Amino acid sequence: MITGTPKPIEEILEMVEPYTNIIVAGCHGCVTVCRVGGQKEVEVLSSTLRLARESGGRKIEINELSLERQCDPEYVETLRPLLGDHEAILSIACGAGIQFLAEKFGKTPILPGINTGFLGVTERQGEWSERCQGCGDCVLHLTGGICPVTRCAKQLFHGPCGGSTAGVCEVAANVPCGWQMIIDRLKALDQMDNYLKLKPYKGWDVSRDGGPRRIVREDMI
Amino acid sequence: MLPCTGRIEESLLLRAFENGADGVMVIGCLEGDCHYVSGNIRARERVKRVYAILDQIKIGPERIRMYNLSAGEGAKFAAFASEFVEKIMALGPSPINVVRGKVTEQAPEEEAL
Repeated sequence: MITGTPKPIEEILEMVEPYTNIIVAGCHGCVTVCRVGGQKEVEVLSSTLRLARESGGRKIEINELSLERQCDPEYVETLRPLLGDHEAILSIACGAGIQFLAEKFGKTPILPGINTGFLGVTERQGEWSERCQGCGDCVLHLTGGICPVTRCAKQLFHGPCGGSTAGVCEVAANVPCGWQMIIDRLKALDQMDNYLKLKPYKGWDVSRDGGPRRIVREDMI
Repeated sequence: MLPCTGRIEESLLLRAFENGADGVMVIGCLEGDCHYVSGNIRARERVKRVYAILDQIKIGPERIRMYNLSAGEGAKFAAFASEFVEKIMALGPSPINVVRGKVTEQAPEEEAL
């Protein structure tokens, strides 16, 4: 899922300071699962903003709602009839959703209520960790299902560097060496021959180095 | 009245302050005695989160507190309630009520049974 963390309330209060009537828009997708941008968080954030604003002597009206997904046009369009009645939208979806609203509603300020994090997994309730950087050329079949782009701090493709000690990355004591993990896993799978199959170089043009990416599926259009 | 503190969401607690409460006390069963296993533990965590929110927005974190007791501890309930009410009275009306120009009305004395 796409993860995120709430922005500090002071930062959000500063953002909404010019407005007295806004929409707080959540998303039922990833941000609901990682407890940062769903309907419950919409309600908590809206109450918090109303309390803070009213106790400061300047009330704010808030329309609380959540879309099925803020990254799909059919759901985003359901907001359009409400735009005339509100001065801004505070979105607590991921950065993709926030930008999609801004793109669709050019004359309404769209404000981010969360800091979008990474593509990751739930370790346990309240703890998430990164797994994928969307590099555009997956090699997990060769690396025992462990991503060298994400799990190696240097994104190396040819084994551990000199900063790997006893399975720990030099970046931090709680960061395992991605390549040590890959090698351990390949040994467990009896697939150490995969270690020699890695590409001589990685084409980063299909990753972020090629600029903003677009997927066009002709078979679906 | 809720059948279990596990039903209490943060938004419900915040709404009480929006509706004019100067203080909110959440009273759950004793930890380890929840009929639904972990309802009161969930409530404790939610109260903690609301405590932090009230601190951040300067309503005052001490205006919310969770107590745990069993249904058979009537005297203890009364003592907790008196303690909390005294504390809130000492704090005075919440900043929201100050702005609204409204001082919390004294709850009518309950008639003796």
